[in-house]
Amino acid sequence: MLKILHQIFRTGIVTEPLPTGVEEEIQVVGQELEEAIRRCFHRSLTIRAVDAGSCNACELELQAMNNPVYNCERFGIHFTASPRFADMLLVTGPATRNMEIALKRTYNAMPPPKFVVAVGDCGYDGGIFGEGYASLGGIGKVLRVDAYIKGCPPKPADLLRGILRVIR
Amino acid sequence: MESLEKIITGVLGPDALKDVCHYPATVPSFHIPRERFLEAAKEMKKSGARLVAEWATDETGMGPIRGFGIYTCYALDSEYIIVSCRIPIDDPTFPSLTGIFAAASRFERQMRSLMGVIPAGHPDTRPWIKHEDWPEDAYPLRKGFDPSVPMQRVKGEYQWIRAEGEGVYEIAVGPVHAGIIEPGHFRFQAVGEDILHLEERLGYVHKGIEKRFESLTWLDGARLAGRVSGDTTVAHTLAYCMALEAMSGFVPQERALWIRALLLEMERIANHLGDIGAICNDVAFSFLLYQFSILRETVLKTNDKLFGHRLMMDKILPGGAAVDITAEGKEEILREIDCIRKELERLVIIYDENSSLEDRVRDAGILLTDDARELGVVGFAARASGIGLDCRIQTPFPPYDRIIPRMTVLRSGDIHARVWVRIEEIRESFRIIGEILEGIPEGITNGRFDPPSKECSGFAVVEGWRGEIVYWLQSGPKGEINRCMVRDPSSVNWLALELAIHGNIVPDFPVCNKSFNQSYSGNDL
Repeated sequence: MLKILHQIFRTGIVTEPLPTGVEEEIQVVGQELEEAIRRCFHRSLTIRAVDAGSCNACELELQAMNNPVYNCERFGIHFTASPRFADMLLVTGPATRNMEIALKRTYNAMPPPKFVVAVGDCGYDGGIFGEGYASLGGIGKVLRVDAYIKGCPPKPADLLRGILRVIR
Repeated sequence: MESLEKIITGVLGPDALKDVCHYPATVPSFHIPRERFLEAAKEMKKSGARLVAEWATDETGMGPIRGFGIYTCYALDSEYIIVSCRIPIDDPTFPSLTGIFAAASRFERQMRSLMGVIPAGHPDTRPWIKHEDWPEDAYPLRKGFDPSVPMQRVKGEYQWIRAEGEGVYEIAVGPVHAGIIEPGHFRFQAVGEDILHLEERLGYVHKGIEKRFESLTWLDGARLAGRVSGDTTVAHTLAYCMALEAMSGFVPQERALWIRALLLEMERIANHLGDIGAICNDVAFSFLLYQFSILRETVLKTNDKLFGHRLMMDKILPGGAAVDITAEGKEEILREIDCIRKELERLVIIYDENSSLEDRVRDAGILLTDDARELGVVGFAARASGIGLDCRIQTPFPPYDRIIPRMTVLRSGDIHARVWVRIEEIRESFRIIGEILEGIPEGITNGRFDPPSKECSGFAVVEGWRGEIVYWLQSGPKGEINRCMVRDPSSVNWLALELAIHGNIVPDFPVCNKSFNQSYSGNDL
């Protein structure tokens, strides 16, 4: 236990200010955002992430949003296991044919109001996987998408910026 | 011990025809008659070889009498061999090898599902990757299949293996999982908390990658290979490029090879760090998750700064590497490693001395050595179960021929063994990176690259962080990609999870699953 406590004190707080631009953007939209989150989402924005066919790179960066460096919970953003609690559906990958039904069901299980955000170049238009017999292309082919966050994969800061942009 | 090549030529005599259009020559390839396909497999088994991969090709456009090709790759220590037979279009059957090699089971189900070739005598006729709502005659890997048309849905039902009896119940999990992870479906049959049987059903992220390769240029193929499994982008691109370079006889500059090894080790460190933290988190020890994720983030940031991408996608190209390292870059990495190493050692002590962690990771999810060998398990999962396999040691490319990795092999095969092998590998990667940076030869990293000639094939293996990645490329009559076979370590290791979980309790599944951390995307293709 002592070793653990020692390590905790040694580590301190590693959360960093976001890159220039992002931090300012957040400062600027901060109040507006807080207001929006309080009004619509009772102070917290809950996200259900669904991999609809990604190569797993976007998932890694989504996980990184939760690490102590980016620490997305400080903005009231957190991920949930159940679509029933979710305000936002974050979808990665090209939508595969084999995930289409599961993706729609997840969306339908969410209570309104709800947002859909497609993550990554694949989520935008299918990326390098394109459209074909097994890949339907972008997430827009399956659900009505409110916003896209491009990148292959988008960096954690881009993800945060993208999410904040949507709920503003 | 006799070499695999000698065994094949000895047993089959003139029936074994050496394929002269296959590269590299160190991996011999033989065409044999279909009637003797099973016999060859039996001889390979007798010699102690493992089945690395089995795949089918559509060679109808190549030469007048070629139909489908059925290929197998066997390996024994550092020796790889490819044995194939050709079967006609109007009688697309071949003898199933499942009775000899358990690993053949899923390969053959997949070949039947996607190519429409029939493994005669296979005990399991259910489709694999192909879902129940695909049309019966949809065989995407056949040349006659139009991949641009979305497939229609038909009615169908998947037949699960059922355990029945008093008190037996089923738990169905997925495809959408609780965390931010890839989709797949698991079905448990359990009594109380004890797992009687686990069946995996994958294919949810099937994107048609192997078919997609056939419509790309050789150069774009490298980009696609980098997205087969996003967490292993370096190793996959490297394996693709090495197979391609073998076909055209191209040898990259020495410096490029060293840079490739550097990126490979950076990728290994980042993934192991992330996974060890996640394993601890799965037994509710989130302190270590956060500590390890800080270390992982440090590596990714360095990657981004020095190579322009956090995961290093598209940084390896056919012919060389897209990045180089400066003197300042070297200093930066060395400083970073020194810092991470010290932190890691502190955390390892905490991991090792914590009894609440120990209770969950020791003696749970055991994969026995014999089972691992029977399934042909590779990578750290194999090394944690007493099997000494590492392509960096057995089939090295420079600089691994000079900087030889030290292999850690444990026998217990439990979750702790898989964690500990990874800890040792991180330590070893630190040393390798240090030596690479010290000894890297001068030169350029990007070479001019020529596409391969017509109707030849190339093969390569690379030790990614999960284990042995295999690529087999074949060029068609116009010199285009006719077939690209990808075998991620997960394709064989997924079966091991089903075995390792037997007799464990349901709550131990997440941590056991995480200790393997298989790729869904790399398996579903």
